[in-house]
Amino acid sequence: MNNFWGDSLSSFWSAWIIVITLGTIGIAFWLLFANRQTDKTPDAEGNVGTTGHAADGIEEYDNPLPRWWFQLYVGTVIFSLGYLVLYPGLGNFTGLLGWSQEGQWEEEVTRAEERFGPIFAQYQEVPIPELSQDNEAMRVAERIFLNNCAICHGSNAKGGYGFPNLTDDAWLYGGAPENIVQTLTNGRNGLMPSWQQLGSENIENVAQHVLSLSGNAEDPQRAEKGASVFASVCAACHTPDGTGNQALGAPNLTDDTWLYQAPGQSLGDSVRQTLRNGRNGHMPAQAAYIGEDKVHLVAAYVYSLSRED
Amino acid sequence: MRHEIVEKNVGLLAILILVVISFAGLAEIVPLFFQKQTTEPVEGLEPLSPLELAGRGVFRREGCVGCHSQMVRPFRAETERYGHYSVAGESVYDHNFLWGSKRTGPDLARVGGRYSDDWHRAHLYNPRDVVPESIMPAYPWLFENTLSGERIAGEMRAMQMLGVPYTDEQIAGASEAVRGEREITALVAFLQQLGTVLKDSR
Repeated sequence: MNNFWGDSLSSFWSAWIIVITLGTIGIAFWLLFANRQTDKTPDAEGNVGTTGHAADGIEEYDNPLPRWWFQLYVGTVIFSLGYLVLYPGLGNFTGLLGWSQEGQWEEEVTRAEERFGPIFAQYQEVPIPELSQDNEAMRVAERIFLNNCAICHGSNAKGGYGFPNLTDDAWLYGGAPENIVQTLTNGRNGLMPSWQQLGSENIENVAQHVLSLSGNAEDPQRAEKGASVFASVCAACHTPDGTGNQALGAPNLTDDTWLYQAPGQSLGDSVRQTLRNGRNGHMPAQAAYIGEDKVHLVAAYVYSLSRED
Repeated sequence: MRHEIVEKNVGLLAILILVVISFAGLAEIVPLFFQKQTTEPVEGLEPLSPLELAGRGVFRREGCVGCHSQMVRPFRAETERYGHYSVAGESVYDHNFLWGSKRTGPDLARVGGRYSDDWHRAHLYNPRDVVPESIMPAYPWLFENTLSGERIAGEMRAMQMLGVPYTDEQIAGASEAVRGEREITALVAFLQQLGTVLKDSR
């Protein structure tokens, strides 16, 4: 019997609930019978009795309750008692069925796991390049992408200001399957420090140098001047030729792909802003949200995006 | 019958109606104030920092709760999308609660850590910039308004009276901690901690 009693309430409050609940049902039941009128025989003059209520000369017959109504009432009382025996409702009593909302949720999850688990397990064994060719798998993956990734990277995966385009060939952290899985699983934290301390003259020169790497320099002379600062400061992460370092997430500066060019902003201004204020890109880790098997599937989807046609 | 006494005395009728209705509240509401799940914080739950509490104020002022609930229900469809279902112990320091009852936008109970700070800023400045089909209003003034820090200590003291375990040192330093911060910073700080206590247990 002990199995049917939880411990979330003290016995006082448990008893409190039980007494009020059962008491109320009892009173409701008593009221029904205490006020029941069964006699509907008319008196000698053919009148049936009234309740004695009169409002503006309109009187109320004291007829018995209709049988269907009476039975329905009794039915609800029986139903409520049956419910309280089977389901939790009386204080700490958990009900004979042992139902709980957590239990129902677990059951639902287990059922889904049984149904969908094998499908994901099957995908899990297929290497990512191969999986990215599987149309059906990619349709599943697209749904997961749209629900979880599209909010930043866009439903067309082309990204936006500060959110990388996944359909091009520019990769901050590498586009190999294992890199993508790593990015999805653990997230990434990009850190471009602020170089305010270089002074505005140097920042302008370095900005022009950075622009020149992709053939966008506005002032070639300044670009020339910026080379030495670039070599001593920027090259550490972006490498001397500016092609970047995927192990650090330092972008390639020569590929003319720009993550932080705000709409309407000139390329020069965006580079200057980056140099002055730094940038903090943050890709949240997804493993905790979607699980390893779905990470694998989404990684294949992301892999497929830049390798279409 | 004796109906008449009750039906012809409106005052008595009202009192008796109140008595009848109160039975439900007595059985369904009152015991919750004494139930462990609703009175004890879940493990690891900390009161909001002054900045987060200020952000909560912004959240409430802007009426976010009108469109965003903070209550993941125990259905698979919800836990798949949002994470672990909400439990009462996560809300014991919330005065008033902001569970909401309407989802024009998504539930926010576990939004903390889900997106980057930059995303939240871009999204609150103009939701269409990151989610083209969004119908959420833009909140550009949050990027201009700064917090004076004048009210935060009082708010924390009120929370303390309601049982949130703020220490006196925390309250003493609160005003200093938030003064001059933009409202957006406070709001993002508030959003980024939502639901993170039970984050990984799904």
